[in-house]
Amino acid sequence: MDPTDIARWQFAIITVYHFLFVPITIGLTAIIAGYQTAWLRTRNPHWLRLVRFLGKLFLINFAIGVVTGIVQEFQFGMNWSDYSRFVGDIFGAPLAVEGLLAFFLESTFLGLWIFGWERLPEKVHLACIWLVHLGTVFSAYFILAANSWMQHPVGFAYNPDTGRAEMNDFAAVLLNKVQLVTFPHVLLSAYMTAAAFVVGVAFWNMRRHRDGTDDHRMYRSAVRTGALLVLVAGLGVAVTGDLQGKVMTEVQPMKMAAAEGLYETEAPASFSLFQLGTLDGSKETFAIKVPDLLSFLATGDPKAEVQGIDDLRAEYEETYGQDPGEKYYSAGDYTPVIPLTYWSFRLMIGLGLLAAAGAGVILWSTRRRARRAPGRRVLAIAVALPLLPLLANSFGWIFTEAGRQPWAVFGLMTTDLAVSPGVSAFEVIASLTVLTLLYGGLAVVEVRLLLTYIGRGADPMPEPPDDAAGSSDKPLAFAY
Amino acid sequence: MELTTVWFALIAVLWVGYFTLEGFDFGVGMLLPVLARDDTERRVMINTIGPVWDGNEVWLLVAGGATFAAFPEWYATLFSGFYLPLLLILVALIVRGLAFEYRHKRDDVAWRARWDLAIVVGSAVPAVLWGVAFGNILRGVPIDADKEYVGGFFNLLNPYALLGGVTTLLLFLTHGAMFIALKTDGPIRHRARALATRLGLGAAVAAVAFLGWTQLDTGTTASAVAFVGAAVALLAGVAAATSGREGWGFLGTFVAIALGVAGLFLALFPDVMPTSLADGTTLTTTNAAATAYTLRIMTVVAVVFTPVVLVYQGWTYWVFRKRISTHHIPASTDPGRTPTTPTAPAGSATP
Repeated sequence: MDPTDIARWQFAIITVYHFLFVPITIGLTAIIAGYQTAWLRTRNPHWLRLVRFLGKLFLINFAIGVVTGIVQEFQFGMNWSDYSRFVGDIFGAPLAVEGLLAFFLESTFLGLWIFGWERLPEKVHLACIWLVHLGTVFSAYFILAANSWMQHPVGFAYNPDTGRAEMNDFAAVLLNKVQLVTFPHVLLSAYMTAAAFVVGVAFWNMRRHRDGTDDHRMYRSAVRTGALLVLVAGLGVAVTGDLQGKVMTEVQPMKMAAAEGLYETEAPASFSLFQLGTLDGSKETFAIKVPDLLSFLATGDPKAEVQGIDDLRAEYEETYGQDPGEKYYSAGDYTPVIPLTYWSFRLMIGLGLLAAAGAGVILWSTRRRARRAPGRRVLAIAVALPLLPLLANSFGWIFTEAGRQPWAVFGLMTTDLAVSPGVSAFEVIASLTVLTLLYGGLAVVEVRLLLTYIGRGADPMPEPPDDAAGSSDKPLAFAY
Repeated sequence: MELTTVWFALIAVLWVGYFTLEGFDFGVGMLLPVLARDDTERRVMINTIGPVWDGNEVWLLVAGGATFAAFPEWYATLFSGFYLPLLLILVALIVRGLAFEYRHKRDDVAWRARWDLAIVVGSAVPAVLWGVAFGNILRGVPIDADKEYVGGFFNLLNPYALLGGVTTLLLFLTHGAMFIALKTDGPIRHRARALATRLGLGAAVAAVAFLGWTQLDTGTTASAVAFVGAAVALLAGVAAATSGREGWGFLGTFVAIALGVAGLFLALFPDVMPTSLADGTTLTTTNAAATAYTLRIMTVVAVVFTPVVLVYQGWTYWVFRKRISTHHIPASTDPGRTPTTPTAPAGSATP
């Protein structure tokens, strides 16, 4: 295998893995902060117990998210050094700002939140977890700005003397139109994912306590607030996703044509629900379609023309040349792998819709007037619920990154020229192997820990701190 | 001052921040089996750095990000060139970070022993390899005309760089022992103080040799001043610790590491990564830099936000300023299982 392929596999594996933890981190900090706010306002012990319970699960998740994030930053230099040289002037800036604005905020205030119970005034302690959440949101913003630039490069000029892309408008990079739809889409899907996680965890524990008990009521309120958030965030995900599709049709029509498996330009274009193609994805053989829907989704106008893969391929070959003789893009096929983009796009949307439907069922079956307690079937839905948006996130990234191929930076640099020229196949294989095995082992550890702690449920209400004599000699409220 | 010089200085500051802060938590991690006599003492040690180690590590991430943005060529050559050592460092930081968070999650001796090993190895590997990496950067490595590193892995294992690795290892061990002496109470505090003074002398020997070699090779007047200051601070810190002034002792190692790292950057300037090849390319602050536009934007961001970061990170250290001893540690590490009850204040007897 050629080192570019190995480097791509490594990027895909470690990024998809990292992003299993990121949305839960982003969303769960908001949910925990929300419950902690509710505790301070109502003094209902349920909220505090939920904060402590979810806080433990959150930390198990957060730890892996953080440590795998370190690899993300350095692998650009390790595996993609020519990419880093070419775009560092632009791409590096949001990364550096992310570190300074987001990572410091997140890590420092998380330390204060974890160890600050009973040491910080209550409101200051609450502010800490909100600041952690703010840090995660900043982080998402800047890293997505960097990614959006790869999808739709703006605010730069190519400098033939230095042979690199150079930034001339930072505001344009931060307010890239792709970014303006991607950021809310990703943020809302993070809320959706974390809320689904809360629903699953709380539902499982709710079933273990008899109806009418205090614990049952506590978990039920978590199930219902979570399910409601899944629905509300899910609606936002759908709306922003639709907007994103329209922007993407404009800036990367090939990606969207590949998402639809639309080979020939059509006006109006129909949306394919299901399609079988040849194995290499070069032709469609069978499809079930909804008339006009694609035109509407892609442009907002049901009769509009949507460009097909074959026309776009011809157009790209015209624009970028069969053999450009340029350093930063190589001649070749400007079509991504169609079956991959087609199915990842459908799985992203389908799993997201399924999660929303599941949340609807759970909300319905746990309503106050429900005639009987939710049964095993609803339990199955609740347990599966966290997995649906998690997988939808992964397929979303696979779609958006694979659909941009063969470009690393759309229209500027192809992936095969972005890879580190001096790094040997041995080195990349070594790191791919080491990281994959390590990540696999950690996944086992993490899942087992999570299941143990979910199974234990929330602790009883903690004793109120005794501020009287010798407070400096009593054990810490939290210790490693 | 040129913006490229400003950014060289800022990146030096980030590395100074990283080594002075994560340096002591590496030291604490490595000393876990040396200073602690039982699990409670190990937990005392881990809890001294519990609230801060993650924030300390962010200095590295920001140094990496800032290098990417301000000196893309340096970032690209360095990280693709030092591929395998960097991979080792990343793996070490991964298992170490998880160990802090996971070791107390199960009441199981074997589980804890494994994570303790992860903390020790995960702290020692980067402590050595960062020194080796900086030694190689200072000494110069084969970089060809395309700004690509063309040496292999074993090229990095030369005596000068290895001496650099020994130096950072001993400095971080001393720094960690000083921190434990400052942050704990009971027998462990006294063991840490005694160990810090012995380690400090070893660190001083290694540091004088390594920094002296650096000075002879590439030093300037400024770097010489910094190196002499580092040696004085280290010895003063050791002397203060010997006489029981742990705060001054820790300040001594802190300043020694800060001046040592600053001196390395002063000796490096204006290069960022010199080549050892006759027909190669030496990366300098100018030929490796981003454009003036990017540097200007980044300068504004750094000037506005760095003080804010320093204030709240400083505040964390203030909030958690109290010494920890064995009776502060809750009996169960596993808060989900049993309500916490204080153990007997075993370590409160002070000689």
